[in-house]
Amino acid sequence: MQCTIFVHEQAHIIAMRNDPVQRAALYPPIGAYLDALKEAGVFVAGAGLEERSTATVLSAAGSSWQAQDGPYADTKEQLAGFFLIDVPDRATALAWARRCPVLPGRTVELRGNLCRPEEMQPAVHAVQA
Amino acid sequence: MSVDATHRAVEQAARESYGRLLAFLAARTRDVAAAEDALAEAFHAALEHWPRDGVPAQPEAWLLTAARRRLIDASRRAQVRRDALPALLVAADAAEEQLVPDLAFPDERLKLLFVCAHPAIARDVHTPLMLQTVLGLDAARIASAFLVKPATMGQRLSRAKAKIRDAGIAFELPLAGDLPARLGAVLEAIYAAYGSGWDDVAGADPRRRGLAIEAVALGRTLLQLLPAEPEARGLLALMLYCELRRAARRDESGTYVPLSRQDTMRWSRPLIAEADRLLQAAQRAGRLGRFQLEAAIQAVHARRAVSGVTDWEALALLYEGLVRLAPGIGALVGRAAAVAEARDAEHGWALLQAIPAEAVRDYQPYWALATHLLARLQRHGEADTARERAIGLCEDPAMRTFLRQQGRRPH
Repeated sequence: MQCTIFVHEQAHIIAMRNDPVQRAALYPPIGAYLDALKEAGVFVAGAGLEERSTATVLSAAGSSWQAQDGPYADTKEQLAGFFLIDVPDRATALAWARRCPVLPGRTVELRGNLCRPEEMQPAVHAVQA
Repeated sequence: MSVDATHRAVEQAARESYGRLLAFLAARTRDVAAAEDALAEAFHAALEHWPRDGVPAQPEAWLLTAARRRLIDASRRAQVRRDALPALLVAADAAEEQLVPDLAFPDERLKLLFVCAHPAIARDVHTPLMLQTVLGLDAARIASAFLVKPATMGQRLSRAKAKIRDAGIAFELPLAGDLPARLGAVLEAIYAAYGSGWDDVAGADPRRRGLAIEAVALGRTLLQLLPAEPEARGLLALMLYCELRRAARRDESGTYVPLSRQDTMRWSRPLIAEADRLLQAAQRAGRLGRFQLEAAIQAVHARRAVSGVTDWEALALLYEGLVRLAPGIGALVGRAAAVAEARDAEHGWALLQAIPAEAVRDYQPYWALATHLLARLQRHGEADTARERAIGLCEDPAMRTFLRQQGRRPH
């Protein structure tokens, strides 16, 4: 099954990226975590995201898009990055989510990925039938 | 009697008798959820009646009678489950008889423990079920200890109880032939509760802190119910050997301290004595098992408190035994560590490398040991790679910091 580990961070964590000293506390642990995901063969995709004020947001205006400067939602925490993983079960996914380096002001959210019906397990079809 | 004093009396009764009362009620109905509801109502009734009428001379008997009445009422109301009524009435009579002379109703907690770890019950619910039914922990607390949403844990527990009821799982002791496997499941479930608390070394997460203590309580209960079983004694000894080091696992600044560098003055002397006594008594039975072996390994470490040195030869031998008796990734890595100390890093590394790569892809202790051994073998480039892997697999920030600092030391 595929899951996504979302990493949400408060402004002071995002700000650490721009401080040469604090950057050293921010990047190596998450880098080691990324490497561990890859070495264990569970990593599918992932990215760290630029600060949300750089976002471009398209919102529906009638039948077309209207572009606005970001952010989409002004919340205390913003999406800072994500890891898309492929694991045998939810428990394994949770075990990986727990290994994401802890920082006060960082939140990790684990979500299952939707899949197309043809990719579903046969058992799921049986239940639906 | 004051309301406060009554609350205290009810709390005390709950603490001391919850598991026994629930086990007794559930054993007769095979319906754990109904027994829990009835018992909860009985405790609620106690909070109402005891301030007015005084705490009864035999609070347990009072609670049992109250819960039993509610079970019977509930059963009468439940048309669909009318078949349970005769069993309940029998239970009522049996309980009455038991209560008349000296309130000594039979202790069915052992049967309840075996039901919780029954092969028909999903393995990941064994431990939560025990914590809830035998110790009376609420689902939210159990959920947070296992990092699961409370609603999810509640559902898992409900499903397990429905299974016990619908499959008619009997509250009985396993037959002699089944006993080793069935007991193994009970022991493992208790040890899993201990492990869940152990991970959170410094109690960084206060909600997770208590489970080690609850696991020890379960271990004590099991031993009290199965005094002749050396593995039950071995498990309790093992948990106490680990527990006695709790205060030494972090220094004053919260930094991780590996076992070999722990200040033995911070180990608990009373717990060392108790664990030693338990292990010696277990070994006198002459039936060695996995938990006695694991306890014996920790006993060797504990001896450093007296001798000042670690007997790595003894540890290597004990791990060899453990690998043969209960091969697992932890035993294999432990053996490699012990051999590296008893002989040399070369031999330890050879044993470590022989472990299939598939088994260690996400096993942090393997990479931590690999880092250590490769550094000792002067293979610094490989050691750095292994260290990154170990850091990436860490859950514990203190451990992560420790590994990072190790890496900065001059080679």
